[in-house]
This record gives sequence, C-alpha cells and structure tokens, in this order.
Amino acid sequence: MKTARPWHIVVFLAPAVIIYSLFSALPLLDTLRLGFYTANDAGVHSFVGLDNYRTILFDADWSTAFWNAMWNNVKFFCIHMLLQNPIGLLLATLFSLKGLRGARTYRTLIFLPTLLSVVIIGFIWQLIISPLWGVGEKLMTLVGLGDYFAPFLGQESTALFTLSLISVWQYIGIPMMLIYAALLAVPEEVLEAAHAEGASAMRIFWQIKLPLIWPTLGLVTILTFVANFNAFDLIYSVKGALAGPNYSSDLLGTFFYRTFFGYQAQVGSPTMGAAVATLMFLVILAGVGTYFYLVQRKLTRYEL
Amino acid sequence: MHSVSSSIAPTTHGADNLDDPGKNAGKLTTRRGPSLIQRSFGPAGHIWVHIVLCLYAVIALFPIALILINSVKSRQAIFDNPLAFPSVETFSLIGFHKVLSNTNFLLYFGNSLIVTLGSLLLIVLFGAMAGWALSEYKFRGNRLMTLFMAIGIMIPIRLGTVSILQLVVALDLINTRTALILVYTAQGLPLAVMILSEFIRQIPTELKDAARCDGVGEFKIFFQVILPLIRPAIATVAVFTMIPAWNDLWFPLILAPGDQTKTVTLGVQQFIGQYATDWNSVLAALSMAVIPILILYTLFSRQLIRGLTAGAVK
Repeated sequence: MKTARPWHIVVFLAPAVIIYSLFSALPLLDTLRLGFYTANDAGVHSFVGLDNYRTILFDADWSTAFWNAMWNNVKFFCIHMLLQNPIGLLLATLFSLKGLRGARTYRTLIFLPTLLSVVIIGFIWQLIISPLWGVGEKLMTLVGLGDYFAPFLGQESTALFTLSLISVWQYIGIPMMLIYAALLAVPEEVLEAAHAEGASAMRIFWQIKLPLIWPTLGLVTILTFVANFNAFDLIYSVKGALAGPNYSSDLLGTFFYRTFFGYQAQVGSPTMGAAVATLMFLVILAGVGTYFYLVQRKLTRYEL
Repeated sequence: MHSVSSSIAPTTHGADNLDDPGKNAGKLTTRRGPSLIQRSFGPAGHIWVHIVLCLYAVIALFPIALILINSVKSRQAIFDNPLAFPSVETFSLIGFHKVLSNTNFLLYFGNSLIVTLGSLLLIVLFGAMAGWALSEYKFRGNRLMTLFMAIGIMIPIRLGTVSILQLVVALDLINTRTALILVYTAQGLPLAVMILSEFIRQIPTELKDAARCDGVGEFKIFFQVILPLIRPAIATVAVFTMIPAWNDLWFPLILAPGDQTKTVTLGVQQFIGQYATDWNSVLAALSMAVIPILILYTLFSRQLIRGLTAGAVK
C-alpha cells in the first residue's frame, strides 16, 4: 500500500460511494426511519413511534396476515434447505468425480434454468401443471402417479409447496456451482493419498471433501436464507399480489408489496410498507449476524 | 464473506484440468485393465453417476424444451398432443405473429439490453476505481469504507424500495431507464468492488512501481496500467451483476412500468397476464424470452461458468 495525496483517493472512490449511498444505503436507512412515521391524506408525515409495528404485530387482521406470510416464508426456506442444497451438493459431487466423461456438458445443461428469469420459469411450470393442458397429468400417469394429480397451484394445501419446488428446480444451479467450485479447490494430493490408502469414494466424500467444503455450505445457507426471505417475483407472477388461494402462498415479499401499494379495498401506505420492510430487514440481519458469528467462531477455533 | 472472490487465476486452471476427463481417467483404469464399460464411461462405478446426471439433466431441460416445441404448433396440436414435435400439418407461427403485433417486444428487449449493459459498464468502471482505491492506498477510514460497501453484498436493496421510489420521483426519473441503471449499479457495486479489489491486489507491484518511478500520475497508472489488466475479472463481475438485473421484475414493475421503458421480464409478465387464455401467444412470448438467453448461453457458457466458479472459490 502506498500513501498518496487524499484527493486521488476521493476521486477514485466518489462515483461508487455516491451511487451506492444514494440508491442503496441511504434509502435503506430512510426506510428504517419511515417505519416510525405515518402520513395523513395530505402526505404530511408525523412521528408515531412504534405504532406501525404495534399494528402489524398485534392488530388482529394485520398480525394474522404478517405471521401467515412469515410462517410461509419459513416453510419456503426449509424446503429449499432440505431439497435445493442437498441435491445441489449431490450433483456437484458427481460432476467433480475424477475422470467423469461429459462433466462439462452436464454442468452446462443443468445450470440453464438458473439463468432464466423467475417470471419465465413460473409461467412455464404453471402451464405444465395446468389441468387444462394436461401435460402434468399425462407425465404423472406415465410414472404411475396419475391418481395423485391435482391442480397443485390452485389448492390451498399444495400451492406453497408447489411454488417452493418450482423455485428449488430453478435455483439448484447456484448451490451446485458454489459447491462445485469449492470441490475443485480440494487439494489433489490429499485425495490421491486417500485413494492410495484404499479409502472408498464414499469415505473420501464424507471424511475429506465434506469437512473441507463446510465454509461453502455455510455460505450457501446464508445466500439461500437472504434470497428466500426476499423472494417476490415467482409468487407475484404465478399467483399475483394476493398470493392465493386465500393467501396460502403469501411470503414477506408479497406482503410488503401489498402493504406498500395497496390491494382491493385497502389503500397502500408507504410508511406501513417501510415498517414491513424494516421487519424483513431485522429477519435478514438476524440470519446474516448468526452466520458471521458462527464463521468468526469457527475461524478462531481453527487458529488455536 | 471471504469465500466469494480471491485467487481468481489459480482456480480457473484447476477447472480446466479437471474438466478434461481423458487426462485423469487413464491412471485409475489401466492398473486393473479397462473393461468395455470403463472405456466408454470412465472409471467403473461411473455408470450410475451418468444415470443420475442424465435423469437430472432431463428434469432440468424438459420443461423448457416442451415450451419451445409447442410454441411453433397450432392451437389444436398443442392440446391434442403436447409431447409431439411439430409436423408439417401442425407447424404454426401464429403465436409469434400475435406477440410481435400486439406488443413492442423488440423495444422491451432493447430496454433490457440498455439497462443491463449500462449498469454493467458503470459497475465495472466505478467498481474498479473504488476497488483500486481501497486496495492500493492507505488512508483513514479505509476499513470502515470497505465494511460500508460490503454491507450491500448481504442486505438486499429491495428493502429500501419505499425510499428509492420517493427518491426517483423527486429526481423526476420515474419511467426512465436511467433510474433502473442507477439502482442496478447500486445493487451490483458492493460485490464488484470486493471481487475487483481482490483481483487488483494480485497485480504485481513492480508494474505500478515502475510507472511511479517514471513519474506517471496515479490516474494514468489506473487507467492505462490497471484498467486493461482487470479484463479477466470482468466475466465474473458480469455474471453476478447482469443476470439478476436482466431477470428482475421488482424494480421495473415499481420504477419503470411505462410502455416505453418496460424490460423484457416485465413485458412478458404483463403480456401473459393479459393473454392468459391464448395459448399460442403465451407459449410464443415465453419462447421469445428464452431464445435470446439460450443463444447467448450457447456462445458464452464456458466463460460464464468459469467466471462463476472463479468468483466463488475462497
């Protein structure tokens, strides 16, 4: 590092810092502030302390809607953790097996859905499982599950789960690639030594590869967490802002959108919206905070 | 946070070596004498690996293929036999005609291009400048500034939407592509600054010192020595900033829903909402959104995946 006259540094930093502050950091802070205000019809803001939060968390209608969205979001996240990340890990492990032919082709093909917009993916699956078209039913009959076919997206009991599966199907490429990259970084000598000692592929995976990629699995977890608790596009394009049927697929993102812009009879409110965004921020912050706390502890333990 | 970025060069080599199956495959098999199965699939035991991967590849590609196939069929054929390829009798481009005549699809496509490329340009230029400043110069507040930028990697910009909308209205930028470019730039900068400063740190000091000895100014060093050298890292930055921006529905919906500034993602979403019962149009609109990405992916998948894996390794 070199000590230079500060005006160089200012000029180099200014554009990035100004755009980032103006359109990301300050709006976030301002949103946290707005959550404590309310606006009258004339648009004049007045400070109301924790009133907005009291309404969201304790008013009968609001709290039902909020906790429904929160609980759905937790389920949404759990399904991703139970399916997306383990399958991603499995696929990445298979790609990185030594001497596998066509590994690059598989990787390229399987990654494709991740590139496409959630909106497109949502519509594609909506068509496929639509009873009107019947492709889904036909395919399920083909594998002997025809009797179980139902309008999955239209039923309260299955809508959220189906949407979660669509999201898992699309985003599997992200954990897959992150884990794949981590597996590539496992030192070749270690694997060769283990192989020479006669360790089986299974044992090499569980006892060498897996412990070495723990940090990446941690990263995948927190990225999934942040993305899931911020999800909106899929639900909005498939089920609309009302996240039906009967709010059964409502997530915090769609709840935030409805609060902010209004829907049906309810008028939208920027300040209530800001309060919902603040609650989402706290959830995400708690997740990220836990992640860094654990990572930090892990690192210091390794150093000892 | 360290796990994203760093050591970009070594991993790309690693990826290439392991990707070449022939190189490593021989070692394991020759010892035991390769069987026919081993010769055609790599080391024994890989057959089930191929089965699993093939199966998953089919699951991943089938839905997309189904949409593409049916988009060029007549309405009758779409419903009669959705799994069949189009034949001479069932071939029809009516859906594409409808989409092109009922929407400004090409305009939306142009908007998406302008927005994503515009933000990529700003992200790379400003990100490299900031990354250079943070990794090269010692100054008070360096660590604080690094941390301030890093927060944006984890906290989604969407949470600030209420205030972003107010700001955009106040700046009179509503329904402009500029608003989207600025927001996506703000969204992409934190990760870009981290990736690029990590990359710039690996550029040999001698290059800069030699220039400084010759009395070259700091700006000239950056723009003439450093900036041309960061080209390999641009792929990584592009992957992480362009894909989310191209695919985003939230900000176009809120900041630029006007017909002149709509992006493809929003355009398709609204078109399908309107024409939901016209299957030809819906399938064609979806295909038109997918095909450009498919072409780009076919051309650049290698660079893209390399950029992705390079940026991901600790």
